[in-house]
Amino acid sequence: MEWYPLWNSVRIAAISSVIVFFLGIFLAEYIARLPKILKGILDVFLTLPMVLPPTVCGYFLLRVFGVKRPLGMWLAKYGISFIMTWQGGILAAVVVSFPLMYRTARGAFESYDEDLTYAGKTLGLSNAFIFWHIKMAACRQGIIAGIVLAFARALGEYGATSMLIGYTPGKTATISTTVYQLWRTGNDALAYRWVLINLAISAVVLLTVNMLEKGRKA
Amino acid sequence: MSLVVRIYKKLPHFTLDVDFTCEDHFICLLGASGSGKSMTLKCIAGLEKPDRGYIALNGRVLFDDEKKIDLSPQERKVGYLFQNYALFNNMTVAENILISLYKNRNQEEKNRKLKEMLQLMRLEGQEEKYPFQLSGGQQQRTALARILMSSPELLLLDEPFAALDSHLREKLQMEMKELLNAYSSQVIMVTHDRDEAYRMADGTGVLDNGHLPVFKKTKELYRNPEYVSAARLIGCKNIVRVKPLSSHELAVEEWGITIHMEKEIPMDITHIGIKAHHFGKDKQLMYPITYHGSLEDTFEYIVRFRFLNQKSDSSDIWWKIPSANMETKLPEIIGFNEQDVLLLKEEE
Repeated sequence: MEWYPLWNSVRIAAISSVIVFFLGIFLAEYIARLPKILKGILDVFLTLPMVLPPTVCGYFLLRVFGVKRPLGMWLAKYGISFIMTWQGGILAAVVVSFPLMYRTARGAFESYDEDLTYAGKTLGLSNAFIFWHIKMAACRQGIIAGIVLAFARALGEYGATSMLIGYTPGKTATISTTVYQLWRTGNDALAYRWVLINLAISAVVLLTVNMLEKGRKA
Repeated sequence: MSLVVRIYKKLPHFTLDVDFTCEDHFICLLGASGSGKSMTLKCIAGLEKPDRGYIALNGRVLFDDEKKIDLSPQERKVGYLFQNYALFNNMTVAENILISLYKNRNQEEKNRKLKEMLQLMRLEGQEEKYPFQLSGGQQQRTALARILMSSPELLLLDEPFAALDSHLREKLQMEMKELLNAYSSQVIMVTHDRDEAYRMADGTGVLDNGHLPVFKKTKELYRNPEYVSAARLIGCKNIVRVKPLSSHELAVEEWGITIHMEKEIPMDITHIGIKAHHFGKDKQLMYPITYHGSLEDTFEYIVRFRFLNQKSDSSDIWWKIPSANMETKLPEIIGFNEQDVLLLKEEE
């Protein structure tokens, strides 16, 4: 059995989760301070990928990063391409899983007691220290939930990924595209195996979250 | 010790416009909720920015809009005790107390300072606990210890006792007063509780709808509040509009009486106030009255009465009689002494 799809799926999900984590908390923190109208518009725009069909997201990504598009052509000059490469899988996963992180982080930050930040400031703590050690610590449950949801979503991503990077065995194949490909070509037994692997990973992820939450409460 | 505060800030519901200079050790700002107390503290601490103003602490300018000076809260050396203490729940008591020394790598020095502070605040044995495992009083002392560790030049207390049960409140007020007496920096406390201000503060200012009409020695303020809003805040129940008839005579139309006074009455007086426990049967100025009910309180009776010719649309007058002095037959004629009449004016 060829293990490449597992490795590819996990690295895409892991890298995109890290990107989504920083992007999500940065934008959640930044947008919360903007005027109401601008906040509303950005909120809609950033949450859109959550409700749009992933294939539509994939379509938009192709329109922006396609090899004949200005941005795609510009990036190609530096040897970067998101079309038919495994790195494109990261892009697709980031776009699709971003709203999950952003929404949960926004929610956590909104219920955060601003007095804790004020207390930190009057105690002479730097703003960066307050953000990372006080605000993030107070909001960690929401943040962790956001990362895990984003990771799980990225791992299961199919629609945008298949449009952007297709299915090339040993190159762009992920678990979800492999399952589809195997089923389409009548290799039911192998498809079933990949389904079980996917189930196992998802179960481990969710169990980890539950254990983390219990550990915090004790 | 000196503090100069001039703040002007437009807010959605009112305009904060306070101006005071103070050298007392323990200052209290007394005001109803929504009068701008917390906003004043936040401006002093640098957590909110005034539209215009000047704030200086011991000669050090913290804020000056004309010279474009606006020190960050970190640079101001102003400690802030929040109503809910704002303890960091993910850190132990020891970590909370030492947080302002987070850049200090000298573990030995930190341990020594922590030990001293735990002893001073009577928190020995609590250092490994988390804030939510402490009692309300211990939480407050932890928050105070954390602030004192950062050696502020000014300490701000935002309704520090409001979150506590009443039986704990008096005990902690005494403890806090003792702790802070030994502490050389200036303290400003805001509260809506007149007893708290009276017990703890050397100087008291009264905040009314964003304005600060009176600021003086606490005892003096309670003797002569000067303003209607101040009289109400120090707990004067009976306040009524008056018209000066001459320099020694006041007409109280609502109550249907005239008051003759030995001392000269300033012509800008618009109201008088008489505290509920200042009425009695052997007083200088006596009037016939009728009774309108009474209520037994913990240590006293609250009796409601009206003067004989009192206007029907004016409210009953409150008389508080200590339970021990309560009689079954209350007198038909009662009164008050001239010195107990608070001469008040409305804020312009």
